Amino acid sequence: MSDIEIRHVSKAYGKTKALKDVSVAITGAKVYGLLGRNGAGKTTLLNILTNRIFADSGEIRVDGESAMENDRAQAKIFYMTEQTLYPKNMRVRNVFQLTRGFYPSFDLTYAHALAERFQLRPESRIGALSTGYLSIFKLILTLASNAPVMIFDEPVLGLDANHRDLFYRELLARYQAAPNTVILSTHLIEEAAALLEEVIILKEGQVLFARPVDELLQLAYVVSGSQENIDRYAKGKRVIREEALGRYKSITIYQPCSSADQEMLARLGLDQAPARLQELFINLTN
Amino acid sequence: MRINIDSQIPIFIQLAEIVEDNILNGIYDEETQIPSTTEVAVALKVNPATINRGVNLLVERGIVYKKRGVGMFVCNGAREKIRARRRKAFLSDFLQPLLEEARNLGISKSEVIAMLNGYNSEETNQRRSADE
Repeated sequence: MSDIEIRHVSKAYGKTKALKDVSVAITGAKVYGLLGRNGAGKTTLLNILTNRIFADSGEIRVDGESAMENDRAQAKIFYMTEQTLYPKNMRVRNVFQLTRGFYPSFDLTYAHALAERFQLRPESRIGALSTGYLSIFKLILTLASNAPVMIFDEPVLGLDANHRDLFYRELLARYQAAPNTVILSTHLIEEAAALLEEVIILKEGQVLFARPVDELLQLAYVVSGSQENIDRYAKGKRVIREEALGRYKSITIYQPCSSADQEMLARLGLDQAPARLQELFINLTN
Repeated sequence: MRINIDSQIPIFIQLAEIVEDNILNGIYDEETQIPSTTEVAVALKVNPATINRGVNLLVERGIVYKKRGVGMFVCNGAREKIRARRRKAFLSDFLQPLLEEARNLGISKSEVIAMLNGYNSEETNQRRSADE
């Protein structure tokens, strides 16, 4: 595990501001979810962290050292990118070997065991892999890297349900065997929600939230019941979602539920349920 | 084991309840080991920190204890403790919703009692003969 500190990082592509003064800390052995809509700046942030591109301003520190052009800091991070940079005619097993050369802690035996579990043939050429198998190939590299920081960018892209299930299990098994800093950047929030301990939500190049999942979920709740009573209850409260089916109505309230609120809920006969990460995400990033 | 992500009940509490259910049912005997955090986390695809919260709740309740370097074990007398705690909660957790539903359906208290009397004797008789 490692501590990553991102301080006042900004980046623009021409007139488009991809990141605007982003400051966030990623600390210790935890599973982080990096969430945001397309174009929110997730990949830009990860690319800056791993020196693929450079920030216009601000800095990133890994265990106290600058991450910029610093091999010692970069050796701690394994980044599963969306793009593939390996030569197309190279075979899977050759890439495993090669990766071991760059990352001495790379576990070759585990990589081959994973390949077998995912039915990825080590003899396959990279250029011949389907979208799903390309994802599998890259997530195997990342899982087997043994790096203190593992970053997965859309790890389950193109994977079928069985393989997604297998990935989540392998990720947790490996994480438990040697806890490290895991960053999962994904659009499949519902699926990954229970795996995450912390979430960082980006919106239009800024950090909207960076907190433990539990805390985030306590910021909101769902109430449902008859329309009249819901409307009566919602008066003066911050409603971020409304859904009506005939006279039935369900709303998400974005503020903690006080004991006075609890009493009112009981009096009006309304049902209360916790907010779900995905729902909250959709409503906050809309 | 199955947890419901959409449930109103937090995952760690669901987990503690499942373990308790299994202890009550005799699936996990007293003084025997229960599955490790890793096993449970992988099986349920839930963050280990969440599983640990569930386990800690059980430790607080005196249901399981940690043996350093070995794992988690069911406490002696755990079954009786679970029963005692759940008996206290029986009124609010089961009787209250039952009576509420009965009210919604227009079933009177005496009808409920009549139902209970009928149901009860059949059930206990069946249980008794099965036990013997």
